[in-house]
Amino acid sequence: MRNIWAIAEKETRSYFASPLAYVILAAFLVATGYFFSAILALSREATMRYIFDNMGVILLLLSPILTMRLLAEEQRTGTIEVLLTGPVRDIEVILGKYFASLIFLIVMLGLTLYFPLLLTRIGNPDPGPIIAGYVGLILFGASFMSVGLLMSSLTQNQIVAAVLTFVTLLILWTIDASSNLFGGSASAVLSYLAVASHYADFGKGVIDTKDVIYYLSLVAIGLFLATRSLEARRWR
Amino acid sequence: MIEVDGLIKYYGARKAIYGISFQVREGEILGFLGPNGAGKTTTMRILTGFLPANDGVARVAGFDVMRQSLQVRKNIGYLPETVPLYTDMTVKSYLDFTARIRGLSAKRKNQRISYVMDVCHIADVADKFIGKLSKGYRQRVGLAQALINDPPVLILDEPTVGLDPKQIIETRQLIKQLGREHTIVLSTHILPEVSMTCSRVVIINEGKVVAVDTPDNLTRRLKGVERIELEVRGPREAVLRCLNNVPGVTHVEHQEREGLQHCFVESEVNRDIRESVAAAIVNNGWGLLQLRSVGMSLEEIFLKLTTSEEMVSQ
Repeated sequence: MRNIWAIAEKETRSYFASPLAYVILAAFLVATGYFFSAILALSREATMRYIFDNMGVILLLLSPILTMRLLAEEQRTGTIEVLLTGPVRDIEVILGKYFASLIFLIVMLGLTLYFPLLLTRIGNPDPGPIIAGYVGLILFGASFMSVGLLMSSLTQNQIVAAVLTFVTLLILWTIDASSNLFGGSASAVLSYLAVASHYADFGKGVIDTKDVIYYLSLVAIGLFLATRSLEARRWR
Repeated sequence: MIEVDGLIKYYGARKAIYGISFQVREGEILGFLGPNGAGKTTTMRILTGFLPANDGVARVAGFDVMRQSLQVRKNIGYLPETVPLYTDMTVKSYLDFTARIRGLSAKRKNQRISYVMDVCHIADVADKFIGKLSKGYRQRVGLAQALINDPPVLILDEPTVGLDPKQIIETRQLIKQLGREHTIVLSTHILPEVSMTCSRVVIINEGKVVAVDTPDNLTRRLKGVERIELEVRGPREAVLRCLNNVPGVTHVEHQEREGLQHCFVESEVNRDIRESVAAAIVNNGWGLLQLRSVGMSLEEIFLKLTTSEEMVSQ
């Protein structure tokens, strides 16, 4: 546990030591801020339902860049040799890095909290859907980070890691589009697998266990495979 | 403290090491000497649990490196060859991190950090980013990192590479000093380095152990003599007398096996006595069953080692 926290802390520091972190934060704030003001001006509704959809898409675009460095860079520079020959378990390395990416995600989403604050000043929004929406966004982003960490463990090239992450997320996002091709249970399975279909309800203020379990299992699968991939390094 | 038995490692189809075996006793400084690409780094990576061996057994502090990897890693401080460090951290925060993942308590952590910064002479760069440090400083930060939890075993892969002559001398002194409390395995491709720091040397070449000895004995064997192995059918006394009379011969070891005279003949350096030995035996009418140079591979390694040594001009 101490090792996990030591690695998470170190990794969080190195996030904020790099200019990339601030570029991503700025890009996220500019993009979300633009959509927020545009949607508000058009709809004139004190709700965040539509902006949550946009934030999801922006996360899809930015999260591969957030996670690409986590393990790929250690493998490229060889620092992984010092890390893995220390008395740490592979799972501790993975969890430490993963928590660091979650911390960054939460900071990033936290910076958008001025949206609900603005809405309460100018209108009377329902807090339920907003809280549920943020919970959904964190779960949604957490599953992205897990996929990204897995991809970063597979290569020593950050760009390759980012591309693999993006493609995987895109497939997970749109997999239900093909569900119409099949009937019955195949269609149901594909819809269930789609990462976006579980996200929609949160914005309406519904936290469904089914959706929460979906995201948590995606996180667990990603972290499990990343740990195995790190272990496999020892047997190559 | 360290037992290595029959380690084999393939990279794809290529043999990196083939049947490496040696022992390191507690408190010993073992030099791992060999030309580049001999398998030094591979062996060290197996000892630290970073790479698995295809076959063979290695134990460090009584723990199997494959099955009890975590226990082994608790007992080892490791300085990899390329000294990979996090360039975006300061020296102090990096040492703090390595101390934490090695499970040091807060109080002991601070003690050890100031101790290792002191012995490795890096206290003056404590707050600098590692990325901004010179090679010599990085090397010493790497060494400090390996020492941080006071592990009983230190594995140092080419600890003096890339340092200037003054730093090399300092680092060797430091290693000797550490050798009083730690068991150390250090690799190098520089011959004088082992004679200055190590109590015993393992020479490896092309993935095999070629010799294990003390540095003094090895230097004598390497520099002093050339040996040939000989099998002769003839009367014992006469053969010995004849061999001793061949010009250039300094020493003859002899064994009689099944009626054959089995000899090792040593000669002066750079003097090939094989022809004159053969001529002497044939002229006496004895049967020459075998004649071959031994230790030629050692000599070749020695050549490779002395070539790289000149670059350091020590």
